[in-house]
Amino acid sequence: MAKRAVFYLALIVFMLAAPFVFPVFKTQLATVWLMIIVALTWDMTGGQMGYNSLGNITFYGTGMYVAAVVTIALVYDVGEYTGSSGGGIYEFTDGQYFAGMFLGMLVAGLFCSLIAIVIGYITFGLRGPYFAIGTLGVAIAAGELVSNWEWVGGGQGIALPVYPGDLEDGKVLFYFLFAGTGVVLFLFLKWLYTTRFGAAINAIRDDEEKAEAMGIHTLQYKLATWAMAAFFVGIAGAISAFQLIHFEPLESAYQTINLGIFMVVCALLGGKGTLWGPVVGAILFHVFKEVTWNYLLGWQWVALGALIVATVVYFEGGVVGWLMERKPHWFNLPAKADEATGEDQP
Amino acid sequence: MMRVKLSLLGMVAGAILLPGTVLAACETITLGSAISLTGKYATNGMHAKNGYEFAIQKIKDAGGVKFGGKCYNFNVIYYDDESKGDRAATLAERLINQDKVQYMLGPYSSGMTKAIAPVTEKYQIPMIEAEGASRSLFNKGYKYLFAVLSTSEQYLASAITLAAEKAKESGKEPSSVKVAVAVENDPFSLDIRAGVLEDAARYGMQAVIDEKLPRDLSDMSAILTKVKLLKPDVLIVSGHSKGAATAVRQIDEQNVKAPMVAVTHCEAADVTGKFGAAANDILCSTQWAETLTYEDPLFGTAANFNTEVKAAYPDYANKKVPYQLAQASAAVYVFKDAFERAGSLDKEVLRDAIAATDLETFYGGIKFSEAGNNIAKPMVLRQIQDGKYNVVAPSAFASHPLNWPRN
Amino acid sequence: MEQFASNFGLLLQFPVVNLKIVIDGVMIGALFALSAYGLALVWGVMNVKNLAQGDFVIAGGYVCWWLSQKGLPALLGVPIAFLVMAGIGWVVYKVVICRVIDRDLFTTLLATFGLAIIMAQMLNLMFGSDTQSVDLGYETLYFMDGFIDVPIAKLLGVLMAAALAIGVVLFMKYSRMGQAIRATAQDVRAARVLGINTDKVYAFTFSLNAAICGAAGAIIVMVWVIQPFYGITHSVRAFVIVTAAGLGNLPGVIAAGLGIGALEQYGAHIFGIGYQQAIAVLLLLLVLVFRLLQQRRVRQSLQ
Repeated sequence: MAKRAVFYLALIVFMLAAPFVFPVFKTQLATVWLMIIVALTWDMTGGQMGYNSLGNITFYGTGMYVAAVVTIALVYDVGEYTGSSGGGIYEFTDGQYFAGMFLGMLVAGLFCSLIAIVIGYITFGLRGPYFAIGTLGVAIAAGELVSNWEWVGGGQGIALPVYPGDLEDGKVLFYFLFAGTGVVLFLFLKWLYTTRFGAAINAIRDDEEKAEAMGIHTLQYKLATWAMAAFFVGIAGAISAFQLIHFEPLESAYQTINLGIFMVVCALLGGKGTLWGPVVGAILFHVFKEVTWNYLLGWQWVALGALIVATVVYFEGGVVGWLMERKPHWFNLPAKADEATGEDQP
Repeated sequence: MMRVKLSLLGMVAGAILLPGTVLAACETITLGSAISLTGKYATNGMHAKNGYEFAIQKIKDAGGVKFGGKCYNFNVIYYDDESKGDRAATLAERLINQDKVQYMLGPYSSGMTKAIAPVTEKYQIPMIEAEGASRSLFNKGYKYLFAVLSTSEQYLASAITLAAEKAKESGKEPSSVKVAVAVENDPFSLDIRAGVLEDAARYGMQAVIDEKLPRDLSDMSAILTKVKLLKPDVLIVSGHSKGAATAVRQIDEQNVKAPMVAVTHCEAADVTGKFGAAANDILCSTQWAETLTYEDPLFGTAANFNTEVKAAYPDYANKKVPYQLAQASAAVYVFKDAFERAGSLDKEVLRDAIAATDLETFYGGIKFSEAGNNIAKPMVLRQIQDGKYNVVAPSAFASHPLNWPRN
Repeated sequence: MEQFASNFGLLLQFPVVNLKIVIDGVMIGALFALSAYGLALVWGVMNVKNLAQGDFVIAGGYVCWWLSQKGLPALLGVPIAFLVMAGIGWVVYKVVICRVIDRDLFTTLLATFGLAIIMAQMLNLMFGSDTQSVDLGYETLYFMDGFIDVPIAKLLGVLMAAALAIGVVLFMKYSRMGQAIRATAQDVRAARVLGINTDKVYAFTFSLNAAICGAAGAIIVMVWVIQPFYGITHSVRAFVIVTAAGLGNLPGVIAAGLGIGALEQYGAHIFGIGYQQAIAVLLLLLVLVFRLLQQRRVRQSLQ
């Protein structure tokens, strides 16, 4: 136990100190936390409930737009603001900026939960790969529709005010916003997966018909899970919006084939259906991505595609799945893991 | 990792810089630039860098920048931004904080400029940029950002003026002209659309078609069908090279008879090479052409600039010297002029001198608005006439008459 | 809204526009139908949902384009792209697909997605990111006062697509391999018991799919333009068509392909072509939901 306490303490210290120890990498470190958030939330439905969504990026993009619209709407007319790419200078006071940021995060989270319920009501009828294709379709359609919606800037995208203080301080703030959200999410899931709710969504994954027969109202559980996931993704999107300052619909907000797929790969790489898997996967994935982006210029996407193929084809359990087999005592598992732990064993 | 790599780069840059300072009698003014040498903008980033270097060499040969009884030569510290905005912003900070650069040259593309401008603004470093055309750069109230090129809403707006002129000549009201606009749904093309629609509204023209092209455009017959039905007098298409290629091909295929067709990116899409006669009489926009009559004491005429670049950089011997290179040279020239007028190395004094620039160059007039964009240089329209690009507008620079109506 | 209404008005005001839209749509749909049929094949026979479908199409297009750059007649590019892509499809099967075939469906979806990324990027590295096309230099036929145009190149493309489809049908009906494929699709275990080497059948099916896509791509480069990252467009269309038509019936796939081609053109006319991709995926969602409702009805009747 003492060992475990030391482990967690070291982790917390590292987390708090990281942006000051590696000042050059502040934004990179913030991105790692973003990846952790989206991978963990993807795993809520994909790993724990057996519903592999390819459309969670919808909530990220929507979160970005909601945050931007809320911030702007507090002070100006949104249509006028986005329509004036030619003239007019819009200023925000510090108070307006931070009010917009925190209200924007909150509204983004809630709004994304709401649309998760609406979309989920339709898509959760789809099973297996149809669910994946259906949600992917939702994400693509959402991006296309927003990019044609002039009120929010259409294909021009939308610009938020720049962080009012020192730019370096801003980066630290964004790091801690992501990190804070990530930690809250992690602790929430750690608790959630031990409750009856966690057992119920695992039951849906293992056999939905049986779960229903046992009296679990599956649709409600599925909607609730996705809504919770969407809440956190929406918040992450809102933070990203302020970090990026300017973003456009197809390449930064509804980036279906970038972040939309990366989150799935992170979860699979680390080991889906485990609590630590998405975290480990997100860190490994981001490091891999940065290294290839720096040293394999031009070939980075090929390397990334190869990583995806290799992960799903040859490395089914992910890193954590593999460790669980090798070092079960790290996870407080009996020497041979069994179904009772609720973990996904192939 | 990155730190090590970058400081190595810095050392290399320093080593190159050193002999120059020792040998020349002139002192050195160090400029900084994050430019795309790899990634999606690599080709154009290289054009810009060549433009900077060509101008610097040219200034050196002419005896340097002279003020306060001394002479100075420029030296640029370059970093590769990999065509990524976040990297560009980081590098800009590095240039300012670690390399103590006091004056910056711009990166390539509006996107990179957008990423860097908040940084230079914050540290109050004057930046003259030559490759960021989006007008959204110039409504943020930036005071240290100056651009020598025309903003993108002007790219095809002169086609509207041309159409109005033609309408008058044929005895019609300009307001009777019908305009059709089909642009890609991205910031650059939407700027172009905004410019065209504003000018059309000024003449009271009616936009009968106003559509967005998708990013993965391969077929625009739906729009061309409407063109056939509604018979607009001007058809404007902007969608990078794929837009140009698709438009030229399908306009010919579907036998669309619009009296005037104006597109962007003709040269990049190589429409003359790919579609031959089908591209004839199409109007294409450009920032600069070597056939223009501009000139200045340093580079001589535009044509002279063209020949000298071809001699200095054999890469361009067999192709057109891109306007991206010319405008980069112009940006360095503005720095020279501003330093000489400021008579000081102080960046605040320099900023005011840049803001007061009123210069004739081989690239065109340069005079900055309050917002920092160049308002003295018009965009040029060239028409493809028998496979050649001939300047037809604005009329002051036209080398050939406009073929109108098209086919 | 106003624009939508006026666009809709054009349809009534000039009835000939409807004809034009249908003709354009059918010509596009015929090519979508080809790659969709390939998808139906691998989906039906080996239960692989190939997200790299569109990238096979684009790769075939580049084969044809490259040959025409080298001075070969572009029409020859169609059979050559067919063969080259058959080879690539076989390699892809051996390296990746055969390892995911028995796994859960999401795995195949993601693995083929990884493939799609690799292929698109390789094409980008090899041929650059500019759009490319091959100009056959043929005339265009005009009807109805020049309002309806049918480029001979497009007509030729549709004819080649039809010929290819007929060829594949005959092959499936009469050849030994075709029969083995159909047997495997119906019941894998029974096919194995009867001595069919199902691994060979799978490999063949997948490479046949890649070949069909390759030929479709070669035709597409002659009538439209291609670009390394256009694959997703074709993948989406193929999924829409197969989901709408169901598996295993070629007439259904062709009908759905032509219908979706025409529907998309109508959508593009009324809402603007900026909505083209959105219209395609919304159609996919509609089809999925429609299927879902159908299922529900069946379930209810069982209860």
